[in-house]
Amino acid sequence: MSNLAASADTMNIDAAAARPLASRFLSGLVSRLVIIVPYLWLLVFFLVPFIIVFKISLSQTAIAMPPYVPAFSLEDGISGFFSQLGQMSIDNYLWLTEDALYFNAYVSSIVIAGISTLLTLLVGYPIAYGMARAPANLRPTLLMLVILPFWTSFLIRVYAWIGILKPEGLLNQFLQAIGIIDDPLLIMNTNTAIYIGIVYSYLPFMILPLYAALEKMDYSLIEAAQDLGCPPISAFWKITFPLSLPGVIAGCMLVFIPAVGEFVIPDLLGGSQTLMIGKTLWNEFFNNRDWPVSSAVAVILLLLLIVPIMIFQAAQARAQEQSR
Amino acid sequence: MKSLGSIRREFAPWNDPSATPYIVFENVTKRFGDFTAVNNLSLSIYEKEFFALLGASGCGKSTLLRMLAGFDEPTSGRILLDGQDMRGIPPYRRPVNMMFQSYALFPHMTVEANIGFGLKQEGMPRAQIEQRVAEMLKLVKLEQFSKRKPHQLSGGQRQRVALARSVAKRPKVLLLDEPLGALDKKLREETQFELMDLQQSLGLTFVVVTHDQEEAMTMADRIAILDKGEVMQVATPAEVYEAPISRFVAGFVGNVNMFEGTVAARDDDSVRITGASGAEIVVGNAGEAAAGNAVAFAIRPEKIRVSSRRPEGAANAMEGEVYDLAYLGDMTIYHVRLDDGQVVKASALNSSRAVEEALSWNDRAWISFPPDAGVVLTR
Repeated sequence: MSNLAASADTMNIDAAAARPLASRFLSGLVSRLVIIVPYLWLLVFFLVPFIIVFKISLSQTAIAMPPYVPAFSLEDGISGFFSQLGQMSIDNYLWLTEDALYFNAYVSSIVIAGISTLLTLLVGYPIAYGMARAPANLRPTLLMLVILPFWTSFLIRVYAWIGILKPEGLLNQFLQAIGIIDDPLLIMNTNTAIYIGIVYSYLPFMILPLYAALEKMDYSLIEAAQDLGCPPISAFWKITFPLSLPGVIAGCMLVFIPAVGEFVIPDLLGGSQTLMIGKTLWNEFFNNRDWPVSSAVAVILLLLLIVPIMIFQAAQARAQEQSR
Repeated sequence: MKSLGSIRREFAPWNDPSATPYIVFENVTKRFGDFTAVNNLSLSIYEKEFFALLGASGCGKSTLLRMLAGFDEPTSGRILLDGQDMRGIPPYRRPVNMMFQSYALFPHMTVEANIGFGLKQEGMPRAQIEQRVAEMLKLVKLEQFSKRKPHQLSGGQRQRVALARSVAKRPKVLLLDEPLGALDKKLREETQFELMDLQQSLGLTFVVVTHDQEEAMTMADRIAILDKGEVMQVATPAEVYEAPISRFVAGFVGNVNMFEGTVAARDDDSVRITGASGAEIVVGNAGEAAAGNAVAFAIRPEKIRVSSRRPEGAANAMEGEVYDLAYLGDMTIYHVRLDDGQVVKASALNSSRAVEEALSWNDRAWISFPPDAGVVLTR
């Protein structure tokens, strides 16, 4: 009997293996293609531009078009390519270490972005918490209100803050009218204005992941904590906050990463004395027309940001593990 | 009640007029907007009692539990715990602990940390916490899982962690909200007995909310049957089953046959009830029924005898036809359609292997029962 069963089994396997070989190959190809597309996208729009920038960062400035050498060209052939390869150097990176300006700009960018991120978290957390605890039928409206500012151009919204913050602007007019201050507050062209601008502009990026984390939290956990003798504030720190950590990390990364390289807000609201790497990069590129150095600045900025991005991804993976 | 044989019971403080109840609901009403979840309800629960709140969903049983835990305040009325009015006392200051239906285990903490959470809140020294946690883990047989996170446990294990966490603080009262609801049948039956043992060994007062009558019957000393925010009956499982006080209770707990009719005559304790079709039933224990009352006679299927011939000397006998039957091995369930059209359920224990008087579909059959086999319900 076992012999019979065994031979029947092998027959089945043979049939299964032989028949759909072609179709299996095809379906394998399709499923592979599905994976290839996003990688292709990353390759074309991320890796290739990065290689170009990296290559420029190893080049030398020249009064030419494009303003650097060597400029590879197909006409030179392979031998030309190799001879020009010798002209490349890491001088630009060394230059970044020689001039304190760059180091200060990096540090200052990270500090400004860090403070802004913290402020955004402090403003965003109560909002997200309030939204998550709001009646369920009200939540879509609240969510809509958070996203609503995106319907107006980012640039215009930052310009609008000039009108609010300038010495004769709306805020000062209002505060003077109600008699709180006599002389206008000098907010424009200071770091305070940058903080306001970044907190305002990036607030939705903080609120949305926080809201997502808080909304899916089971409220009976808080009740359980209280039932076990934990007063509400302590229950928040022991239960709610730790459970919203993936949202906190996601929100902070979504604010911190773009804020480090932010150019528009410091340029429009921060004035001339503000030192941020985005502005430095702009100056190198457009004012000095030093493409190689600005490319080096960009490469270092990217490397700096890879660390928080990796923290972000690890946190995401952990959150997924936990919610399973 | 006269017809009830005495059930031996050593623990029955509710029959002792000098005993003071431990938990008292006094005219408690709870409204959510227009909806009245609990309506002018009064209830007493005694120390060390295993008390079950039984009812369909939406009957207000969970609201009662939540008010006792302090998550909701009564709209009016008082809740007393050990003589103290609980109004205004927040959940974290009440000497009660709750086991949640969803278990509500903290997902970011290990089993150990979950169980020790309440003790840590109390400010218990660390060594003592460790000792108590170990004790609790042993009690629920989860020693080797102490370092796991809740998502690494099975449903039954989670339930036991939740239980251990809620008894770790040695609360005066343990509230259990559908404690076995999420478990499969076999595990549920095992756990019922574990819960009873636990209650015995720790000497706690348990208040359990359930919609499962079997669960309530198995575990509880007394059951309160709730409907639309009101108490229908509070009694021991046997009383609830054998002496329900209303049509609702009789129908809610177990299977029952109801004969609607009018009391034709009353003589001491026994009454004659005339049904709509003219059939007469003689009942020995009439309770409050007076002549002329519209009443229902309720009788459980296992109290009815089914036979192929009219039994001799039976106080009550009615003729009909076997309409349906199910042989379950240990017993046989008959559905007999009486000549007036009513279908009566009867179950017969197959106590001998001989299959005498085997009734089959469409056979003529008689049902019979003694005068004290059922109860007369006026409500």
